[in-house]
Amino acid sequence: MSFGTEILVKVGVVLAFALNGAVICTLMDVKASAWMQRRPGPLHVGLRGFIFPLAEVIKFIQKEDIVPTKVDKTIFKLAPAFILFSVFGLFVVVPISPTLVVVDLNLGVFYLLAISTLSTLGVLIAGWSSANKYSLMGGLRAAGQLIAYELPLILAVVGVVIQAETMSMVGIVEKQIEWGLPFAIAGQGIAFVIFMIAATAEMMRIPFDMPIGESELVMGFMTEYSGIRFLIFYIAEYINMFVMCAIAATIFLGGYHVPLLPVEWVNFYGPVVLLTKTLGLAFILVLVRWSFPRFREDQLQNIAWKILIPLSLLNIFVTSIMKVVF
Amino acid sequence: MISYFQDYITVGVVLSVGIALMVLVTSLAAVLRPNNPTREKLTTYESGVDPVGTGWSQTYIRYYVFGLLFVIFDVEAVFIFPWAINLEKLGYFGLIEMLIFIFILLIGLIYAIRKDVLKWE
Repeated sequence: MSFGTEILVKVGVVLAFALNGAVICTLMDVKASAWMQRRPGPLHVGLRGFIFPLAEVIKFIQKEDIVPTKVDKTIFKLAPAFILFSVFGLFVVVPISPTLVVVDLNLGVFYLLAISTLSTLGVLIAGWSSANKYSLMGGLRAAGQLIAYELPLILAVVGVVIQAETMSMVGIVEKQIEWGLPFAIAGQGIAFVIFMIAATAEMMRIPFDMPIGESELVMGFMTEYSGIRFLIFYIAEYINMFVMCAIAATIFLGGYHVPLLPVEWVNFYGPVVLLTKTLGLAFILVLVRWSFPRFREDQLQNIAWKILIPLSLLNIFVTSIMKVVF
Repeated sequence: MISYFQDYITVGVVLSVGIALMVLVTSLAAVLRPNNPTREKLTTYESGVDPVGTGWSQTYIRYYVFGLLFVIFDVEAVFIFPWAINLEKLGYFGLIEMLIFIFILLIGLIYAIRKDVLKWE
């Protein structure tokens, strides 16, 4: 296969995974909420509510795209693209099976953490360029929250890198196959919990939805967006949820492999296994979203700086001592 | 070396798919949607009343302090990763050096907490 066709195939795989993942996550979210709160819309209307995401997309596409006169027009229009750009970048290193991975960079994890920081910038410029007080406050809150939770996210992964001795995503999964146990059980349980909490905060989902907080900031940094640009923020949020769960499943839960299944057949069952793990994690996030109230801003910062960061540093301490001494 | 460049060209292509998708979807919507702006519609949203002053208002300085703290710990993370991979080879020497480094930063964080820099009132 020539290099050009290879790229096309890879782009196709990424698009299929990203967009379908987003649709499945959306459906799961609205279905669970409808189930828990008795909302008839996503539960009964139109094929038992399964065409709900399609109706949503069609609704947003035919809405007027309003760009207020006072906004910084270029940056305002660019912000959704920025977020979509960073979200697609995350798919590059996630291995769906040992061979089905876009690029297995030897800097895998590092690249991942670097790219995920870019969406902070997208949120911040969306908030700033709107020239709206709600948006500005939402954007600043988002920036404060995203940088605070970026650190536990990064430091939690360090423990895994110490154990696996590699930063390549495929390498990390191979190490877990070699050990026969996923890292979440083999020594990185605390790191896994920290990672999931920080990832929820990075996605800005309830209980970490301070930047959007519709009861106090209207729609946070998205207040001035309407129509298709709003839809792109919305889709990017769900793609982000899907890919973050896939990353957590790969790093901590053994990715495309489960113990006891034969390793030679991993190319066949790999995608199914990864998808199952990913959606399982996503379902936990959905349950959390519809069960918990929102944190206060000071509580949010305290959890990150006073609990999660010292805890993840402690995790690095213990893991590295265990690694060298034993 | 060729495979190295090919890897990063692929990364670049996949990244640009995000932007291409954005362009595609917005231009599709531009064909389908109505476009009927009025002066009232284009004013800044402020819960229905006329907006007061500019949207770029002053905000609290504390976000700046959080930004500074973030930079310190982020740079730390950059140093930690190469060490984490080679920990086995570096042995006790690398371990003790890095523990001292992390410990100093931890003291910095505790100092910031004690000085009420992270307090939110």
